[in-house]
Amino acid sequence: MKCEHCDNEATVHETTIVKGASVERHLCEACASKTGLGVPQPATQGQITGFVLQAGAGLVIQGGARPVTACPRCLMTFAEFKQHGHLGCADCYVAFESQLLPLIERAHEGGEKHVGKIPRQTLDVRGAGLSTQERLDRMQVLQRELEAAVAAEQYELAAKLRDELRRLVEPAHRGGPAVGES
Amino acid sequence: MRGEGSRDPRSEPLRFEATTEWLRAEGEAADVVLSSRVRLARNLATSPFGLKATRADRLSTLDVCRSRLLQSGIAPRVVWLDVHERNATERNLLVERHLISKPFSRGRSVGGAPAGNDPRGLAFSIPDERLAVMVNEEDHLRIQVVHSGLALEAAWSQADAVDDLLEAGLPYAFSPRLGYLTACPTNLGTGLRMSVMLHLPALRLTGELEKVKRAASDMALAVRGYYGEGSEAAGDLFQLSNQTTLGKAERTILHELATEIIPRIIAYERHARNELLTKRRIAIEDQSHRALALLTNARLLATDEAMQHLSMVRLGVMLGVLPGLDQNRVNQLLLLVQPAHLQLAVGRELDQEQRRAARAQLTRARLLN
Repeated sequence: MKCEHCDNEATVHETTIVKGASVERHLCEACASKTGLGVPQPATQGQITGFVLQAGAGLVIQGGARPVTACPRCLMTFAEFKQHGHLGCADCYVAFESQLLPLIERAHEGGEKHVGKIPRQTLDVRGAGLSTQERLDRMQVLQRELEAAVAAEQYELAAKLRDELRRLVEPAHRGGPAVGES
Repeated sequence: MRGEGSRDPRSEPLRFEATTEWLRAEGEAADVVLSSRVRLARNLATSPFGLKATRADRLSTLDVCRSRLLQSGIAPRVVWLDVHERNATERNLLVERHLISKPFSRGRSVGGAPAGNDPRGLAFSIPDERLAVMVNEEDHLRIQVVHSGLALEAAWSQADAVDDLLEAGLPYAFSPRLGYLTACPTNLGTGLRMSVMLHLPALRLTGELEKVKRAASDMALAVRGYYGEGSEAAGDLFQLSNQTTLGKAERTILHELATEIIPRIIAYERHARNELLTKRRIAIEDQSHRALALLTNARLLATDEAMQHLSMVRLGVMLGVLPGLDQNRVNQLLLLVQPAHLQLAVGRELDQEQRRAARAQLTRARLLN
């Protein structure tokens, strides 16, 4: 296959999933490195905003014998993760979701779902962003903690938990800035 | 420590009190539990993690976090340090006070050689040093709260409140399913590590320590040495902490540790101490007095050697077989014999041989007067 930009053989093949539709690009190594593809480089702010990600979507780079998935934001590959044990950015969790989930479950002795604290901003701004099930799960945990706090006569903590529960019950009435003091 | 808030303390040398919260050993079960620690790992959604962050990214993270840390009222008095501007001795001082981790003191080590000038900072509360927040460690933010004795509940409440204050002005990386997103997936979820620093000399002497370690490992708990991950257990001091962070709420982890697991270990160590006192009294008196004799007569002392004998002296004090010595003096020495603190006390840089001599002199003076 020829490169989209010149007559050289295309060796770098990118597939991005944008809003459910797959978009393909085929480039030679020289043209690929000009566009920041193929050679892992730190992503610039421009590149980051250029991608719209859906769960599980990764950047596929086919330079060698087998395709390599990279995080579209920081360009980390799964091989790099395996080498260092660290991810490159928050979006890596989306890009490598299917490979990471079994590892995560093993590392946390079967734990696969967060049941702890939720940032106030997430509750306030994205309260509706949590699925109904997620909200119900969280409410159950809070309810148990509330009962324990009342039983232990920890009224200050109980009041805090009650406030948090209220925010979960009425997410539709909530709003506010995404970042900054609210 | 002097120097405060927004004032630039770079030109001033670091000055600290002779002791620190985690060595005060006050409060509940302080005979066995020196301190309780809560650590939260947090990241900004807007910036790459350490491995993929450029110098510009790290400077920007530092800027954003510093403003927030100094403006959000996380403690009555907060000091900020640009750690990359500090020399190696000063950074070691911070490590010895458990305000920063060893990898953080060396600079970014993931994906390359340690870089001393790697942009990173520390905010901590004074004078109590209970709260310390590292910026640009493995995660963008590492919030740590340490309280004396067995006080995980109090430490958690403080860390939780600080986290709320920071979060109100920082875009945290968070996923409803996976929780707080961290550079290493092993910290994912709550990003919470709760630990206690335990002094377990009697369990070592009675040969029961391995049993405790095995039991801890079966309960998904990690047992680490004096300086945390990868360090040796100097002076019979161990850090016990939760290992998993996903799938359990913070209060569940707290409850399991504070009301179930740790009280059992405390009871186990106390039982072993009692057994030593009733069944091997002369042997334990002998060992404590020998340790004290060595510390008050040696002319050269290595750090680990000093720690090991201090551990036996501390046990002797706790069991009442070394009258006339108080626990605080021994606790303080656990900190003062460390290389950077020793050099601070002497007031100049020393090579290893000089340090051994100075350490012996300081220990002698502190224990005899």
